[in-house]
Amino acid sequence: MLEGIMIGLEAAFSIQNLLLVVAGCLIGTFIGMLPGLGPMSIIAIMIPVAITLGDPAAALILLAGVYYGAIFGGSTSSILLNAPGIAGTVATSFDGYPMARKGQAGKALTIAAVSSFSGGMIGVILLMIFAPALSSVALLFHSAEYFALMVVGLSAIAAFAGTGQVFKALLMTLLGLILATVGEGALFNMPRFTLGVMDLQSGISFITLAMAMFALPEALFLVLNPARGSSDDGGSNKITGLRFSRAEGRAMLPVIGRQSIQGFFIGVLPGAGATLASFLGYAVERNVAKGDDQAEFGHGSVKGLAAPETANNAACTGSFVPLLTLGIPGSGTTAILLGALIALNVTPGPRLMTDTPEIFWAVIISMFIGNVVLLILNLPLIPYIAKILSIPRNYLIPFILFFTLMGAYIGQNNATELLMLVGLGVMAMIFRFADYPLAPLLIGFILGRMLEDNFARSMQLYRGPEFILERPMTLGLMVLALILVLLPSYRARRARKRAEGVADGD
Amino acid sequence: MALDRWIALIFIVFCCSYGYLAFFTMDQDVPPFMQSNPVWPSTFPKVLAVLGIVVGLVVLLGLEKPDAQEEPAAPEIDYRRLHHYKLGQALAMLGLMMAYALLLRPAGFLIATTLFLVAGSTVLGERKFHVMIPVSLIAAGFVWYLVQQVLGIFLRPFPFFLGH
Repeated sequence: MLEGIMIGLEAAFSIQNLLLVVAGCLIGTFIGMLPGLGPMSIIAIMIPVAITLGDPAAALILLAGVYYGAIFGGSTSSILLNAPGIAGTVATSFDGYPMARKGQAGKALTIAAVSSFSGGMIGVILLMIFAPALSSVALLFHSAEYFALMVVGLSAIAAFAGTGQVFKALLMTLLGLILATVGEGALFNMPRFTLGVMDLQSGISFITLAMAMFALPEALFLVLNPARGSSDDGGSNKITGLRFSRAEGRAMLPVIGRQSIQGFFIGVLPGAGATLASFLGYAVERNVAKGDDQAEFGHGSVKGLAAPETANNAACTGSFVPLLTLGIPGSGTTAILLGALIALNVTPGPRLMTDTPEIFWAVIISMFIGNVVLLILNLPLIPYIAKILSIPRNYLIPFILFFTLMGAYIGQNNATELLMLVGLGVMAMIFRFADYPLAPLLIGFILGRMLEDNFARSMQLYRGPEFILERPMTLGLMVLALILVLLPSYRARRARKRAEGVADGD
Repeated sequence: MALDRWIALIFIVFCCSYGYLAFFTMDQDVPPFMQSNPVWPSTFPKVLAVLGIVVGLVVLLGLEKPDAQEEPAAPEIDYRRLHHYKLGQALAMLGLMMAYALLLRPAGFLIATTLFLVAGSTVLGERKFHVMIPVSLIAAGFVWYLVQQVLGIFLRPFPFFLGH
């Protein structure tokens, strides 16, 4: 591990990569603060830039910086405006906004920054411990297990979609998988489902799809509903007094300790991610707190602010574990990162650490640097960066849409791609109207090729689908996937039955 | 029928046609040397089509019931009241994006982008043209410089008749 750390230090501390971390964090914070633009949209917009860098380590460093920055920016707008830029920072506004209303916006931002920093740092340390261990296990996997593991990942993402949503999420995953079969695959060397359209020959570009699924609907939702993403009373934009007291620091400490570990492990689970981690972190800390401490939650509690902030950053780091060790993204954001890596000819997975350790370790080290940058560079700049919140939407929205168009165009250098972007964007809007989750579609799309590759390889090896039954681990994983999908319905049914039973008993 | 079930219905129809392509049109093209393979190009799509129809039916028939105790969360935008929102503006923005796609090559990047940004903010209700036009021009020039010179991706800046 030490050797790896040295390689990583060497790579991450090049001038170029240091600049990229700083730039990534700043851009991420900047855009993450805008209402309605989450890390997925921001990363999607940044991908063409990252890909043209050419160096996979540099690209991943930039994108990871953007990711961290975006989450940090999201908590800033949660605290200042009660307008969370992303779902992962909704819980931050529970106590952050009341604190800002009391005139302690500066203190709230510092607490958020310090907890994010600690959560991120502890998360990276856990990542350093767990990723190598997990990838040495993963090296034993064959294509059959990989196939099964991806099925488990996709099912878990659906299972975490919430009650009543599991099959909608599955439907979206399948749609993603189906879209991934369009075009000429490496496997069979023949075009499929192109319907004779030349532009579909090379398949649908994942950048276009990512833009259409996230950035475009977000921007159009802002057009449709101007009230969205702005606060009811303008909030308190005065940021003064960045310090918090020693007693408050002492109160935060155990919260940070607990939540960084809990958040990290929630982040590792596919489909759970930062949103769940922050809500759960908040709930757990409220239950743990006693008396006055508990009553303060929701009214500007230090603990209530530190808990979700620590948890969501630790979870973001945790979500890199399945990506870096198995090559399976557990969230929309890591799926986009995976897509960027594939575009750079890097296949993340257990071999990443042995074949290209410099990429793996450079990313890890740059996470440390990114956290430090956020704390010491971004925090003092926040009062100035927050000015972006006052840019009128009449200017903002055309620019967001323009960057969406640019992202799709740069990726493919093709104007038809832009029409496809608009078409897919309209489709994504309709899906959102009907409350279908969009991230599973993108994850399915990005995993589609790999899933089919591993499926085909195992089929060839076993001359048929028997591999599912003959390899115990594959069978076990497939059963797990089935349970994951069916369990929520089963539990809901049982709960309903029990509720009816109670009613009868009365 | 609510919108989500309509979508499920459309998805089922989509899967049926996808499945039709996979089951009945793809296998003729398989070259002879591949025919002894256990996997054909159509194998995975066939699986997907069948699974898609099953999952689509579950959603369409409402077999998965939401939790009785839990109130459904209010959607961000209620599509039944779409006309209460600024639908015209949103449609105009979509139209502008399509116009941009069609104009980008013939008109060149600088003109298309400036027009898009100015028209976009006009649609949204901005009337300070003395601010918008310079801002849009500077932004278009800056992005062109960034993409062409820094990233090294070719973008034709001027209309087609001016060469590049």
